[in-house]
Amino acid sequence: MSLLVTRGLVKHFGDTHAVDRVDFTVREREVLALIGSNGAGKTTLVNLISGLLRPDGGRIVFQDRDVTHLSVHGRIEAGIARSFQLVNLFDRLSMLDNVALAIFSRQGKTRKLMALADADRAVWEEAIEILRLFGLEAKARVPAAGLSQGERKLLDVAVAYALRPKLLFLDEPTSGVSTREKAPIMDTITSVVRREGISAAIIEHDMDVVFNYSDRIVAMHQGAILADGTPAEIRVNEAVAINLLGTTHA
Amino acid sequence: MSTLAVAVESRSPVRRLVWAMPVAAALLVYPWVASQYQAMLLAYGLVMAIAALGFNLLLGYTGLLSFGHSAFFGVGAYTVALMVKYLNVGSMELFLVGAVVGSAVVAGIFGFVCVRYTRIFFGILTLALSQVLWSLAFKFFWVTGGTDGLRVPTPMLVGFSGGKTDKIEFLAHAYYYYVLVIFFACVASMWVIVSSPFGKALQAIRDNETRAEFVGIQVRRYRWVAFLVSGVFTGVAGALWVPLNGLITPENLHWTFSGKIVFMTVLGGFSAFAGPIIGAVLYNYLEAYAVGNTVYWQFVLGTVLVVLVLSLPTGVVGTADRLIARWGGRS
Repeated sequence: MSLLVTRGLVKHFGDTHAVDRVDFTVREREVLALIGSNGAGKTTLVNLISGLLRPDGGRIVFQDRDVTHLSVHGRIEAGIARSFQLVNLFDRLSMLDNVALAIFSRQGKTRKLMALADADRAVWEEAIEILRLFGLEAKARVPAAGLSQGERKLLDVAVAYALRPKLLFLDEPTSGVSTREKAPIMDTITSVVRREGISAAIIEHDMDVVFNYSDRIVAMHQGAILADGTPAEIRVNEAVAINLLGTTHA
Repeated sequence: MSTLAVAVESRSPVRRLVWAMPVAAALLVYPWVASQYQAMLLAYGLVMAIAALGFNLLLGYTGLLSFGHSAFFGVGAYTVALMVKYLNVGSMELFLVGAVVGSAVVAGIFGFVCVRYTRIFFGILTLALSQVLWSLAFKFFWVTGGTDGLRVPTPMLVGFSGGKTDKIEFLAHAYYYYVLVIFFACVASMWVIVSSPFGKALQAIRDNETRAEFVGIQVRRYRWVAFLVSGVFTGVAGALWVPLNGLITPENLHWTFSGKIVFMTVLGGFSAFAGPIIGAVLYNYLEAYAVGNTVYWQFVLGTVLVVLVLSLPTGVVGTADRLIARWGGRS
C-alpha cells in the first residue's frame, strides 16, 4: 500500500528542470533507495516532499491527504521527517539535548516557557532509549560538535527518528564516512526502521549499500525517474547500467 | 549511576544555588555595610543587569544581536514618566504594570517586523526602529519634554511612600531592596525560561535554524516570543531605572544606549547565564569611576573595554568558568 505518492511534481531552477513531472511512490514498511548521478534531482525531490522547497507544479499526497501546500511543521506532524546530506545538528547542545529537543517538539512541549526541561523525566528516558537504539548513549553528554563524522551522521538520523515519523527521508546517511563505518551505520539505521515498521527513503551513491539494504530502488536521471524496481531488477536494467553505473550488460 | 542520571543531574539547579546563595546574602546586607552612594550605584548595576539579562535571551540563547534595546528600556522609563505626568500615578507596582504593557506592545510590533531577518539585517532593523522612537521623543517635546526630559519623583513602594525620609536615604535602602526583589524575580524567571523546553528550542534555533524547522519548531514564531520576552525584561529595567535617576531624556532611547547594553553583555560573556548580570554591574562601576575621575572618561572606558574584550573573548564569566574548570581538573 502506498504511503506517499507524488503526481507530476515539477521544480525549475531557471532553465534547469531539477524535478520534471515526477510520479514517485513510497510504500508502507519499505526501505527504498533513491539513486542517480549528481544533479539527477534526488535531493530536490526530497526537499520538495519535506517542504524545504515549494514545487512549481504537481501534487504530493501523504496517507491520502494532499500535503503539497503544508508547512514544514505540518508535514512533520503528518509524519514526514528527514535527515540531511551535510549534517545538520545543534552543535552546541549535547547529543542527549539534540534528541530530547525533537521529542519536546513532537509532544508540543517547546511552547512551555515556565517549566524546567530537565524535570521531564519521560522525555529524557525516551531520548536515552533512542540514543541506545543508535548505539550512541556512551557519548550522551558530548556536544554534537565534538563527535566523529560517523556519529554525527547517526545522530542526525536519530534526531529525525525521535519525531516518530511514518516516513523517514535520509539524504546520504553514509557520505563522508570511511568505507569501514558504512555497513555498521546502515545496519543500525535499517534495523531501527524495520523494527519500528516505518518507511525509509534513502538517497545513496554507494551501490553496495544500495543493493544490500534496500527493498526497492528508484533511479533518477536528469530530473525524471529512469527506473523503479527491486535490486535484482535494477541490477540488470540497461538504462540504469548506461546512465548511472557506467557499464553495459551487452 | 545511569547515563540519564549523570546527564541530567550534572545541571541540577541545586549546584547553581550553592553559588547563588552567598551572592544573594551579600546583596541583602550590602546597604548596611556600604555607603548610600555605593548602594545606589549597585542598584543601578542591578537594574542594568535586568536589561542585559533580557537582551541576552536574544543574543546568547537565540543568536540574534539587537542594536535596538534602548527602545524597550526607554519605553519602560517613558511609560512611568508619562503615567506620572498625565495620570498622576505614584505607585511603583502600577508603573511596573504600565512598563510591562508598554514594552510588550512595542516589542510585539518591532519583533513582528524584525524576526523576519537575521544577522546584520536584524541588527540594523532593530537599530533603525529604536531610532524612530528616539526621534519621536526628541521632536514631540510638548509630550516628552524633548531634550529636557521628564522628571519622575520617588514612587510609593507597595502602598508606602518614603514619607519624610531623605530621598537619597530612600533610594539607597527601601528602593534598593525593591530593586533587589524584582532583580531576584527576573533572574529566577529568566533562568526558568532558558531552562525550559522553550529555552532549548531557542538554543536549537541559534545553533541551526534549518534543522530547528525540521524538528517541527516554528522558528519565526519562537523568535518573536523571545523578542517579546526580551523586550519586556528590558522595559521593566527601564521602569526601575527612572525613579533612581529621577529623570528620563531621549538619550536613553538613542542607539548608543543600546550599544551599552550590548557591551555589558559581551563584557560579562553572552554564553553564560550570569554573564550579562556580572557584565552590567561591572560596566556600571567602570563607567561611574571613569566619569568621576577624568574628563576623558569615554577614552578611558573605551580603552579598558577594548583591552578586556580582547583579553577575555568569552567575557569575564566565561573566562572565570574556564579557570575554575582548569583548577578543578588539576586538584
